[in-house]
Amino acid sequence: MNRIYVDNAATTKMSRKAVKAMLPYLEERYGNPSSLHTAGQLAAEALFNARREIAERLGADVKEIYFTSGGSESDNQALISAAEAGARKGKKHIISQKTEHHAILNTLKKLEKQGFEITLLDVDGEGSITAEQVRSAIRGDTALVTTMTANNEIGTLYPIKEIAEVCRAKGVLFHTDAVQAVGHIPLDVHEIGCDMLSLSAHKFHGPKGVGALYVRNGLMPSCIIEGGAQERGRRAGTENIAGICSMAAALNEAATAIPEDTPKLTAMRDRLIAGLSEIPHSVLNGSTTNRLPGNVNMCFEGIEGESLLLLLDAKGICASSGSACTSGSLDPSHVLLAIGRPHEVAHGSLRLTLSSENTPDEVEFIIRSVKEVVEYLRNMSPIWQELQEGKRNYVIQ
Amino acid sequence: MLYSEKVMDHFTNPRNVGTMEDADGIGEVGNAKCGDIMKIFLKIKNDIIIDVKFSTFGCGSAIASSSMATEMIKGKPLSQALELTNKAVVEALDGLPAHKLHCSVLAEEAVKAAVKDYYDRNGIAYDHGKFVQTHDCGHCGED
Repeated sequence: MNRIYVDNAATTKMSRKAVKAMLPYLEERYGNPSSLHTAGQLAAEALFNARREIAERLGADVKEIYFTSGGSESDNQALISAAEAGARKGKKHIISQKTEHHAILNTLKKLEKQGFEITLLDVDGEGSITAEQVRSAIRGDTALVTTMTANNEIGTLYPIKEIAEVCRAKGVLFHTDAVQAVGHIPLDVHEIGCDMLSLSAHKFHGPKGVGALYVRNGLMPSCIIEGGAQERGRRAGTENIAGICSMAAALNEAATAIPEDTPKLTAMRDRLIAGLSEIPHSVLNGSTTNRLPGNVNMCFEGIEGESLLLLLDAKGICASSGSACTSGSLDPSHVLLAIGRPHEVAHGSLRLTLSSENTPDEVEFIIRSVKEVVEYLRNMSPIWQELQEGKRNYVIQ
Repeated sequence: MLYSEKVMDHFTNPRNVGTMEDADGIGEVGNAKCGDIMKIFLKIKNDIIIDVKFSTFGCGSAIASSSMATEMIKGKPLSQALELTNKAVVEALDGLPAHKLHCSVLAEEAVKAAVKDYYDRNGIAYDHGKFVQTHDCGHCGED
């Protein structure tokens, strides 16, 4: 069976170039960059070059890039760094918003237990916030504002430039989790004006287990993994040279392809949205225009997302859902709840995230398949029967 | 894989799906907010379940549990249907992941609720202690 992979927000297939970029550092150039001998120095040189390439792609200085194990670690380090810097000045208030990734939300919960006060801003119906909301929430003791660049579930883009400007004017640090955005939309840390930015290689066709944190010159990230003096003493552990070189290759490739890929992805995205919107009592989650080029997220009333995913998988379609049953928790997606979807509707969500490897033919097959599966599941759903019989009111018109 | 072959078989080819116009007993359990509702319809003659149908809103294991439970009580006397346990449903499905066990509990309860409905409709006396709902979930009970 032909497999159609449309779960690129979960992870991506590594590109050929990214795989090739790793191989020399797994085979011949396996030295430790901290070693003085030639083998080590070859690795150190590769590490330097990868750091420079990544810095250039982000518009950053080479000294502003810290390698990590991925997006979650970058987010943890960014938040803990800002919290510790704030606490030293008696600032123990942090502002974020409700649709952040759990790497942010759970780190904030931990900081809350340590005595920080956390303000989570409400989002609008499309999942976004305004710079004005941030401005009103900033206090004299605010240490940090952190908002994502793009949402991983519903693809909403946040006004990070405007938020960064507000933060700069108020003298508050600003971090953005750009894990879903780097390599997908053009980003430059100076244009954004952020103090810190997180990224993860496997979201742009690089390897899993490697990421980076940008930290503006003049700020010193806290060390959350103690040990050797790697990453200028801010992150211990022998560097993942193969992963880092591969990440640099993947980022170069992805960033270069943005102008060419964006119109293709946007066209497929919009066709999916139009096709799936033909399903009665369905709704798009997020914005029609202010969203990542490859993200589609819909709710279908009267069905549950896990069964939808399993039946799509049986047709060869790999997708994702915000249903509680797919997460192992009792609650459906916090993002869908934050944009106002009731529990029973949030259980019936479907996320499709495209890459440039997907084709318009696949998009048509997905539309046909989702229509079939939704109808099949509705036919065996007691909720759907009650909705049809008028015993229950439709939430989605 | 998350599910056994048995679960996938009963999920992708569910037995006894549908509703019944002239059911003698209907049991509905679960809550839309939690993400699963199970409804079981019974046709009963001489205390024997001569036909059974179900409709379920829920995940793969909820649909598979409903399908399996209906197979296990079809053609059986009511007394036997009342002895159906969630454990027996899980065993028949060759196991369910730990966080999906509540789906089998719903199936057991849906069967019991349908039998209770039959007893209530026909004024048949029964031991109320046998029909205590054990399903415990953070949201259920709310609407």
